[in-house]
Amino acid sequence: MSLSGRLAVAVASSLASFSAAAQSRYNFQEPVTEIAGQIYDLHILMLIICLVIFIGVFGVMFWSVFHHRKSRGAVAANFHENTTVEIVWTVVPVLILVGMAWPATRTILEMKDTSGADITIKATGYQWKWGYDYLQGEGEGIRFVSNLATPRDQIEGRAEKGEHYLLEVDNPVVVPVGKRIRLLLTANDVIHAWWVPAFGVKQDAIPGFIRDTWFQADKEGVYRGVCAELCGRDHAYMPIEVHVVSADAYSAWVAQQGPRQPAVEAEAETEAETEAETEAEADAEVGTSDESKPAGV
Amino acid sequence: MAAVIPERLQEHHHGAHTGLMRWITTTNHKDIGTMYLIFSFVMFLAGGVMALTLRAELFQPGLQVVQPELFNQLTTLHGLVMVFGAIMPAFVGFANWMIPLMIGASDMAFARMNNWSFWLLPPAAILLIGSFFVPGGATAAGWTLYPPLSVQMGMGMDLAIFAVHIMGVSSIMGAINIVVTILNMRAPGMTMMKMPLFCWTWLITAYLLIAVMPVLAGAVTMLLTDRHFGTSFFNAAGGGDPVLYQHIFWFFGHPEVYIMILPAFGIVSQIIPTFARKPLFGYASMVYATSSIAILSFIVWAHHMFTTGMPAAGQLFFMYATMLIAVPTGVKVFNWVATMWRGSMTFETPMLFAVGFIFVFTMGGFTGLICAIAPVDIQIHDTYYVVAHFHYVLVAGSLFALFAGAYYWLPKWTGHMPDERIGKLHFWCSIVFFNVTFFPMHFLGLAGMPRRVPDYALQFADFNALATIGAFGFGLSQLIFLWAVIKCVRGGEKAAARSWESAEGLEWTVPSPAPHHTFEEAPVVR
Ligand code: HEM
Ligand SMILES: [Cu+2]
Ligand SMILES: [Cu+2]
Repeated sequence: MSLSGRLAVAVASSLASFSAAAQSRYNFQEPVTEIAGQIYDLHILMLIICLVIFIGVFGVMFWSVFHHRKSRGAVAANFHENTTVEIVWTVVPVLILVGMAWPATRTILEMKDTSGADITIKATGYQWKWGYDYLQGEGEGIRFVSNLATPRDQIEGRAEKGEHYLLEVDNPVVVPVGKRIRLLLTANDVIHAWWVPAFGVKQDAIPGFIRDTWFQADKEGVYRGVCAELCGRDHAYMPIEVHVVSADAYSAWVAQQGPRQPAVEAEAETEAETEAETEAEADAEVGTSDESKPAGV
Repeated sequence: MAAVIPERLQEHHHGAHTGLMRWITTTNHKDIGTMYLIFSFVMFLAGGVMALTLRAELFQPGLQVVQPELFNQLTTLHGLVMVFGAIMPAFVGFANWMIPLMIGASDMAFARMNNWSFWLLPPAAILLIGSFFVPGGATAAGWTLYPPLSVQMGMGMDLAIFAVHIMGVSSIMGAINIVVTILNMRAPGMTMMKMPLFCWTWLITAYLLIAVMPVLAGAVTMLLTDRHFGTSFFNAAGGGDPVLYQHIFWFFGHPEVYIMILPAFGIVSQIIPTFARKPLFGYASMVYATSSIAILSFIVWAHHMFTTGMPAAGQLFFMYATMLIAVPTGVKVFNWVATMWRGSMTFETPMLFAVGFIFVFTMGGFTGLICAIAPVDIQIHDTYYVVAHFHYVLVAGSLFALFAGAYYWLPKWTGHMPDERIGKLHFWCSIVFFNVTFFPMHFLGLAGMPRRVPDYALQFADFNALATIGAFGFGLSQLIFLWAVIKCVRGGEKAAARSWESAEGLEWTVPSPAPHHTFEEAPVVR
């Protein structure tokens, strides 16, 4: 697109209505977990409070800028302190802050409670890809590496960029809908961060340490995220793709993974997996994206 | 005390040197101030060229202009050069020029150390910029230099570490000089609570510098020994912890951001009363607010680390403490607005920049508050939202205050009034292009664009194109400033001693341009 064309698009889109359809252009992506929903609401609350204060303060300032001008014959007053006013504008903000801190505290405590997981998955950051190990729950023992699927030609401008440019991987993470997933994070080399905006999850993956977080997606779909901590050359090229599928589809996916478990992992197969083998029906989307699952890390 | 110094200074009255040697050997606070200001402007242009290269790459998705390796080097050096090369030295330049004039001292307390603290900077700058040309290029770990990534870097990283050491030494010496000057060399009658606010904010800033620059030096030295001498402070395999570095860095880093904004508050607090023709509202509460900001700034550092996985108690503590900082910050904004209220205002260039500062800086304050809410920060940390936040406070905050101060005191420095038409053009171009560049970044961050990436998903393309256009506009607008300054140095309307109608303070009692030596006889303040 020409420069003026881009400019026109950019200006037009900035002026476009802030409708729901456009929300992920101007605001957080649509939340699909309880936590992400709370974060979304917290942010809106903050925005409204800030906007009100902003309008108040700058209403006064610009009123003054326009009226208390020398060119309009304004004569300067000489006051320079007022204890009452000064106390009021110290105490009132404190109260407003308490009002903000209250709901935020609740959300923090919920985010930090990683107990009661149905499935535990370990994600390991590598320069520049993610490795996943399903450690506990249905699918235990599954492990694979997830690489950027966008072809180099698209990045270097030799091919048309696809719809999910830089947000697509060869082996997505698959999780069942409505289940509590605990995520353990670590890294192999430098610090990375596992971020899926729609889940409200961003957690650094720190080499030599394990950190945990959790999510429970309430809606089936494909959710995309990126590495959010500068990790070297291809930091922009290690996305995250999570497929949230129905319980049945998940079981089918797990069944498909079964035979390809690496031998190094001596752990016994879970009953969940053998059970799942009978579930022949695989979700179309998950089924196709699984064809080339590698044998492990 | 103050009375003793001037006699000693007579000795090196107009030293024997001329030409280049005059500048290399000078111990005069005005010469040194000028050198700081020129140095910082040169660094500002260097950092600006890097930023425009970044923005050119980000104009469209895909890789067009630079490869990721160089992109990361440029991001890192842009940050280091702007923070340590442009903003901090510029404020030290203002301190050198103005503090002695404002408190009625003949010079800085340690004149020779002053010379040394300036002349350390060019070698540091050469190390930083030169690091692009060593094998492996400059460090590409981000200006925060987090290990283990920074441990992986080539020798460019070592050069950056040495540069930080040298600039740290320079800052500490400058800070000690300022503290001693302010505490010991005030004119008779200039009590602490009569001091211009710029001196107060700088005094507090200087204490912050003395407290935290050694911490940074320690952090980067530990990086150096981890890199070369087999220690493992930040390496888990050897019993260390990468996150330890982040704690140390941000223990420096958060006070550092106030080091870059408190003197700006000071400048704005000088300018608003002058052009509102009304005394500063709440002088005492300004002093207390500045002090509380400085004290609080030591207990909020981990708000940069909410995603590292702190325990809930840690997140809560740092969230509450950070939110608290908004209170004294708010007090300052309210005081400025109350100063303008029922004033008799005119809008010469310094005032335009000062009012622009309040307006746009406050937006950065609000986004800071939003970042302080830990759950929200989990989403926006390391995204363009944070990039927007800190450019609102650093560019529209610190930089605009520096411009305001430059236009305000240029008559005192050069003896000529700056050209109002050029100054106003500079202001309007800056503020418009600034917002065109950085406002869309809030949307980008919210919608999920991470920072420090050379390439991005397609839904971010439009706002990035807009930001790039704004950035080039902003960059070019700064040449207008250069033009205004050169024109003002060369000539223009003669400035009176009191160059602005109702400017208050001792600096306006000496002629414009200020003679080489001022206040050899300490003035008496009623
Ligand atoms: C109301 C006052 C402020 C509050 C509550 C605040 C809060 C924050 C928070 C929570 C972050 C971390 C965001 C993240 O990385 O996720 C942040 C980042 C930052 N802030 Fe502020 N801030 C305030 C004012 C300022 C000022 C005055 C400056 C400097 C002049 C500043 C400079 C920065 C910088 C440079 C960063 C980003 C550092 C980096 O990650 O590279 N902030 N701020
Ligand atoms: Cu990364
Ligand atoms: Cu901070």
